[in-house]
Amino acid sequence: MLSYILRRIVATLPVMAIVALFVFSLLYIAPGDPAVVIAGDQASPEDVERIRQSLGLDRPFLIQFGSWVWRILHGDLGTSIFTNLPVSAMIGQRLGPTLSLMIVTLLLTIVVAVPLGVVAAWKAGSLIDRIIMGFAVFGFSLPVFVVGYMLAYIFALELEWLPVQGYTPLTQGFWPWLENLILPSIALGCVYIALVARITRAAMLEVLQQDYIRTAKAKGLGQGGILFIHALKNAAVPIVTVIGIGIALLIGGAVVTESVFAIPGLGRLTIDAILRRDYPVIQGIVLLFSFVYVLVNLMIDVIYTLVDPRIRY
Amino acid sequence: MDRRTVLKGLAGAGGLALTGVSAPAIAQGASARTLRFVPQANLANFDPIWGTQYVVRNAAALVWDTLYGIDAQLQPQRQMVESEETSDDGKIWTFKLRPGLKFHDGEPVLAKDVVASLSRWAARDPMGLMIIAIQQELTAVDDRTFKWVLKQPFPKMLYALAKNNAPCSFIMPERIAKTDPFKQITEYVGSGPMKFAKSEWVPGAKSVFEKFTDYVPRQEKASWLAGGKQIMVDRVEWIVMPDPATAAAALQNGEVDWWENPIADLVPVLKKNKNISVDIGDPLGNIGSFRMNHLFAPFNDVRARRAVLMALSQEDYMRAIVGDDDALWKSLPGFFTPDTPVYNEMGGEILKGKRDFDAAKKLLAESGYSGQPVTCLVAQDQPITKAQGDVTADLLKKLGMNVDFVATDWGTVGSRRAAKTPPGQGGWNMFHSWHAGADCITPAAYTAIRANGDKAWFGWPNSPNTEKEITSWFDAKSVEEEKAAIGRVNKAAIDDVVYAPTGFFLTYTAWRKNVSGITKGPLPFFWGVSKSA
Repeated sequence: MLSYILRRIVATLPVMAIVALFVFSLLYIAPGDPAVVIAGDQASPEDVERIRQSLGLDRPFLIQFGSWVWRILHGDLGTSIFTNLPVSAMIGQRLGPTLSLMIVTLLLTIVVAVPLGVVAAWKAGSLIDRIIMGFAVFGFSLPVFVVGYMLAYIFALELEWLPVQGYTPLTQGFWPWLENLILPSIALGCVYIALVARITRAAMLEVLQQDYIRTAKAKGLGQGGILFIHALKNAAVPIVTVIGIGIALLIGGAVVTESVFAIPGLGRLTIDAILRRDYPVIQGIVLLFSFVYVLVNLMIDVIYTLVDPRIRY
Repeated sequence: MDRRTVLKGLAGAGGLALTGVSAPAIAQGASARTLRFVPQANLANFDPIWGTQYVVRNAAALVWDTLYGIDAQLQPQRQMVESEETSDDGKIWTFKLRPGLKFHDGEPVLAKDVVASLSRWAARDPMGLMIIAIQQELTAVDDRTFKWVLKQPFPKMLYALAKNNAPCSFIMPERIAKTDPFKQITEYVGSGPMKFAKSEWVPGAKSVFEKFTDYVPRQEKASWLAGGKQIMVDRVEWIVMPDPATAAAALQNGEVDWWENPIADLVPVLKKNKNISVDIGDPLGNIGSFRMNHLFAPFNDVRARRAVLMALSQEDYMRAIVGDDDALWKSLPGFFTPDTPVYNEMGGEILKGKRDFDAAKKLLAESGYSGQPVTCLVAQDQPITKAQGDVTADLLKKLGMNVDFVATDWGTVGSRRAAKTPPGQGGWNMFHSWHAGADCITPAAYTAIRANGDKAWFGWPNSPNTEKEITSWFDAKSVEEEKAAIGRVNKAAIDDVVYAPTGFFLTYTAWRKNVSGITKGPLPFFWGVSKSA
């Protein structure tokens, strides 16, 4: 297993290299010029050109790419064109909020979606099933920002239970940290909960038709034990797969959620960097996201072996 | 490795990630000593000479002081300077600094700091460049005295040093001010009334300013950038909110105290809230505009440009920008900010009265326009440019023009508008923008009115008459002379259609009622602003 994990990690290197080249090329050919944004509206073309030179943006593509790769190989993601801060420091500032948002959303999803899917499968065809699946369709159809605004209006403005915006690090206390994440996590989790609930239901329906379930029932096992110990465990592989794939959904959704709830996370950093053409920051974030995505896939493969001992690498 | 070990490891890693990444606090407990402010934009960099965005200028005014400051009557007043002398021929300016001025690092402000700061500023500022062009020397005479020797008089010297248009002539320590003006500074040490808390800066999210206790304010009452800059709170937090609806909710909920630029759509909601005050933020407002490319057909012919002006309805543009609130806009038959001392509408008739499409079409035909595409760049991520772009597209179509509507983002417009190639080869015919009214009071900082061809702003208008009258404004020695010159500039610029003004509009600012001392002005002034619990 350990050698498999190592092989997979090594295999990510060419993937990352291709991603790096792709992103760098895309940004190079994309319209827009950070020097123009920096210089401001009143700047002369000469001023813009001097700023471009000072940033090294006037150098040929290959030289720019080469020096960027050289820095990456030395563990340096570069310096933001705009803030003059190291990209790694900027990402470090934003990692906590995004990670917190994703973890709380992930936990919320598992806690809500899996039981819902199990119950829907157990009561397949009944009113409960239809209600749960109706909610799933509803959750899947609503854009994140609409859910966000609705939640903020009800729970922050009207009821005044939770804050509208912001983020408090965990180091300042568990509740201050959590209260800022509840509404964003629900908003971000809606689509995810709907997706996982539907997949759980489908996977459970298949498992519940199996002979060993009938045997378990015949042996007089309780409904809870059958559903959550015997059936769910055997339905877990597709559920885990969807949860893993959904992390990509979360990364995309975090961009909108962080804007709506003014959370200073990586999603907002990405948007800001793209709008300003802050190339080093965009490149750093894309590299990080692609690394996370590869890592998540690896984790899912490892989790397969934990939930289904028949799987071996 | 069994599954329990792996799961424990994952849980541990998650916990570490959450606690180990200790970003600065974003939502700290509110107190009466902390003012939480939602700025118009993100403070992405903090060098007010290198980056000339308004948000940088606004933040810099807290941290760096200026030699002179413009007041609410648009007059330059002494700020860091105690006294000044001009030689009889107007060529030698000698300035003396106030005693007791200190930088945030405890070092005294010396004349050598001023010399270095002015040199850096002048390399980037349009008025500074004019001074450099006639400069003989800029030297420190002693610790508190410096001298600017010119080859010819420059009557607008004090205005140049006081103006609030970016870049302002902020004074920095010599070691910082010696940075190449085209490179960003890395230290943010000033002598202004607040210190910048660099360790708490999260670009795109939060900037923090702390009261500088050693600041010695002037004794005069504060008025814009002039007078005694008394800071009444310990800390000002700028919290960036990209979503206006969130900012509105946060203000209503008491999570922030002051929102610089609420969008017009949300103002009715804020006005209904008994805990919130809403008023015009900047009385100098903004001037909407679109620029036509004078290098290429059809707008290389003044008749085509005039035809567009004849048909243009400023009301359509203004309603598209501000909605139905008539208090927020007015027609502007010219280029200069209304209700200011030298405002003049001379030559503005073409923008007044009923729009004459028939005459405009006739003039357009006379210009030789024969249906070629008109490439119209419209940034969709800026509400003001998007609104104007939609109106322009409709206007051009009504005139029978073939509109090539390029919907893009501001970053792309900013880059593409610099292209001098023909519209079909990556160039353009029109783009939309707007100008802060504070920049358009006189030609001093008004880049968009310049019409010196290749050296002019994008669109590269070439109008010798406009340039001649701009020079006459710079040479004017009295308000009467200035006003007459402004009238002639306005007429010349309209005759040659340097650009198309789409009207004058204002924006609101909103704050919670436990905050007092907020004044109207071209930037948010934090001195005199206090907050009760």
